[in-house]
Amino acid sequence: MQTSYSSSRILLPVRPWFIAVSLLVALLVNLVPMASQLAVPDSLALVIIFWSVREPRRVGMGLAFILGLAMDVADASLLGQHALAYVLAAYGASSLSRRILWFPLFQQALHVFPLLILVQLVQLCVRLLAGGEFPGLGYFVGPCLGAALWPVLTFFLLLPQHRPVDRDANRPL
Amino acid sequence: MDHQPPPFFKRGPAPMALLSFYVTLSLALLIADARFQTLEILRQALSLFAQPAQELAHLPGQLIDKASGYFVTITSLQEENAQLKRARIENVATLLRTQQLEVENERLRRLLAVRERQQASGQLAQILYSARDPFTRRIVVDKGLQNRVVIGQPVIDDAGIVGQVTRVFPFVAEVTLITDKEQAVPVQILRTGLRSVVFGLGNGQLELRFLPANVDVQNGDVLVTSGLDGVFVPGFPVARVVHIERDTSYSFARIFCTPMAGVENFSEVMILDPRPASALPEELARDRDAKPAAKAGVAKKKRARKE
Repeated sequence: MQTSYSSSRILLPVRPWFIAVSLLVALLVNLVPMASQLAVPDSLALVIIFWSVREPRRVGMGLAFILGLAMDVADASLLGQHALAYVLAAYGASSLSRRILWFPLFQQALHVFPLLILVQLVQLCVRLLAGGEFPGLGYFVGPCLGAALWPVLTFFLLLPQHRPVDRDANRPL
Repeated sequence: MDHQPPPFFKRGPAPMALLSFYVTLSLALLIADARFQTLEILRQALSLFAQPAQELAHLPGQLIDKASGYFVTITSLQEENAQLKRARIENVATLLRTQQLEVENERLRRLLAVRERQQASGQLAQILYSARDPFTRRIVVDKGLQNRVVIGQPVIDDAGIVGQVTRVFPFVAEVTLITDKEQAVPVQILRTGLRSVVFGLGNGQLELRFLPANVDVQNGDVLVTSGLDGVFVPGFPVARVVHIERDTSYSFARIFCTPMAGVENFSEVMILDPRPASALPEELARDRDAKPAAKAGVAKKKRARKE
């Protein structure tokens, strides 16, 4: 639980099972077949970055590595490609976490955007080195959409931590 | 006094140490996978866990498909039925003649003492989805180790060659399309009999490389498999030439082709059985038999020296 700029309300502590469920759902969303898969944002990367920013003590590079391996197997890509990208993103997010939360949501999204670009760039470099084909500039539309989704994602993932509003004149907070 | 006070909070290893550990681990995995292709067992084991998740993710789409299929109107079905009947009658003449031609061809070949053409047989497979990886062109079909699919089997549809099985999991198999950048198919131009190899370009097209600028190729030429690789059965259509650039400043012509099969479509495909290995000529076979024996002899000698 950390202070944030946009609201002064105090959040309840996060429940570990909710983190696990949100990561699993993001993995499933990533696996849904889409008509044009290029421009779809990497939801798993986004959720990993979110929890690395909010709860750097709970979600770290180890979890990012395991989830990256799962993506690699499901994605038929090189083993270790997503793992490397997610580990770097988780490291970046957790080292930025003290800074990001002081900004309003839209400026937070600006901080998250380079991390999402990093995820794509790492994978691109790995695959081009291994002899893949360049998938076109549409490959970088995903991070833009992902950064635009950041405020929405923050709202929904923080919902279970909101305390019910009860007015009490005698309570200081 | 050089010892530090104990830390107040347990935080585990330093982030930098963790980062370098995980980065090294993933780089090692990448190199092992890309260079040495040694991780197939690990991948197969992990796929047992990833497969149910994938099926779960595909469930909503499939349900929508089924629901929309349920509401297909009777008229469209009747229309399709009539069309199919018409097509069948139209094809009957050719089909009958083909059978007769095949018999006649077989007889003539036997007369010529040419080895009989291999019969192509295989198993039908359903395309499940195209792999999400944007860097390659692969599809996943619903036949795997359980159905005795092995790496290297050619895959065709009703119009021609689709690709080749490149990875096999317990229940599914990955097929690399002929339009993939790393896929090459030995072909023959049907009109002239010229042999060459066609390479995927990655953008849905194929290219015939290393043919001289004055080569006899025309737009519309059909390429069929030559079967020289021992993998593809000869005579299946692969691609049609669509564009030729002859620039005299280069020594090779650039010849672009489009695949005949519905390579990027979703439909059913046939996985052909692997071709039996062709017998080596006698001298070569004798050499190969002799070599292991020679090696064994060397090993024995080494052992003798050690002792």
